[in-house]
Amino acid sequence: MRRARQLQIAALTAVLAVSAVACSKDQGSGSGDTKVKLKAGSTMEKLNKAGKVTVGVKFDQPGFGQKDPASGKVAGFDVEIAKIIAAEMGIKESGISFVESVSANREPFIQESKVDFVVATYTINDKRKGLVSFAGPYYVAHQDIMVKKGNPKAIKAVADLNGKKVCSVEGSTSEKNVKAKAPQATVTLFKTYTECAEDLRNNKVDAVSTDDVILGGLIDKAKEDFELVGDKFTDEPYGIGVKKDDADFRNFINDTLEKIYKDGRWKTAYTSTVGKFLSAVPEPPAVVRY
Amino acid sequence: MGVVFDHLGDYGNGWFTTIKLAVLSFLLAMAIGLVLAAMRVSPFRPARIVGTAYVDVFRNSPLPVLTLLFWFGLPKLDIDISRFITAVIVLSLYTGAFLGETIRSGINAVALGQSEAARSIGLTFGQNLRLVILPQALRTVVQPIGNIWIALVKNTAVASFIAVPELIYRTGQVNTAESRPVPILIGAAVGYLLLTLPSGLVLGRIERRVAIKR
Repeated sequence: MRRARQLQIAALTAVLAVSAVACSKDQGSGSGDTKVKLKAGSTMEKLNKAGKVTVGVKFDQPGFGQKDPASGKVAGFDVEIAKIIAAEMGIKESGISFVESVSANREPFIQESKVDFVVATYTINDKRKGLVSFAGPYYVAHQDIMVKKGNPKAIKAVADLNGKKVCSVEGSTSEKNVKAKAPQATVTLFKTYTECAEDLRNNKVDAVSTDDVILGGLIDKAKEDFELVGDKFTDEPYGIGVKKDDADFRNFINDTLEKIYKDGRWKTAYTSTVGKFLSAVPEPPAVVRY
Repeated sequence: MGVVFDHLGDYGNGWFTTIKLAVLSFLLAMAIGLVLAAMRVSPFRPARIVGTAYVDVFRNSPLPVLTLLFWFGLPKLDIDISRFITAVIVLSLYTGAFLGETIRSGINAVALGQSEAARSIGLTFGQNLRLVILPQALRTVVQPIGNIWIALVKNTAVASFIAVPELIYRTGQVNTAESRPVPILIGAAVGYLLLTLPSGLVLGRIERRVAIKR
């Protein structure tokens, strides 16, 4: 009996998914798609009516959110996830504006409504939960260490960072994790990881530490200069930040994530972006509805 | 504003680094400025050309560009200097160009007869500048030099771009810990005001003291 009901729900979800995709495809103008069913008075409905959405993403993180200076387009896994969420709200791709959100300004951007939501390698943690609400996680990264090719300082694990100079980015959890696990490390903070990489190249720091996917992107561009240590010393669940206590919007995004885990859109988004420089396709993480 | 008081130590650390950056850079910039001004009023044409080229380059380049360029570029030339020293060098080179021009305008404001009199009693160009012209020229440009000092105090913020732990860098760290940008930035602004407001008062005093009473 229970099984049958589950099947029914699954079938219904699939039908809805297909119709939602169909709707967003044959929709003529950017605004006012009436075919997408959205809760009255919700953030989704407001955005759908406006036909526009502003999303905070990273502009400097290969694989997740990177702006191509030539075309001005932003590409990456976070960008794909944002596009799917927008499509589910009946907003065309031309109605999405991507705004650069560096690690330090993600919370203020959400709080001050400069963006409608943030998909920017944004680790869910309790401190941030007090300021914004999170949907997801849609991905779990692990913090790792990048060193110069050949590992001249013999850094094998996070504890080896004690007494060494480590670079990370201002406002990131990576900085805190390094300080917690290697208290004697000297942490240098830049605005972007590309600057950290340049400092490593110039021997100004001994290591760069942040999420493996970000380091993977940096190494991908300079395979002869850098290598990954491979000590996955944390779990970093990436979430989608929305305004605090916007439960409807959060639930909507969570539902969307669960839907795209099933219909293969999550996997497609992954393999066409970050998957390119990280080997195996991981299982999508379970959504946490706190 | 409670978060600001919880982190007074962090602010204090950054504040002292900011002062060190500003004072060291100003002393160096003043030396550069005096040499530049001398070069630009020199009777020796190549000195004038070099002086003008220097001012054109450093006065017209954005400070963040110079800072990042020096920090990431010098190691490529096998020059290994610390973040702090790099910041002091860049700030001095940049501020020196402005000081040079200000001092030169002060020199030009000294009546021509002064210089002619000095030459007629046999002083060399250097003696003339040092003993006759500069003491009068500097008095007239106390306020403009003060403006440059105040701009320099605020410009030290670019050192945060290369991770020198000055006031803005520390402010960023406090913000990472607390995620309360508005009070935390106000805290930083107060830090700068604590330096710049007294500077204004001191400048007024200096100006009155050295004024040429006619």
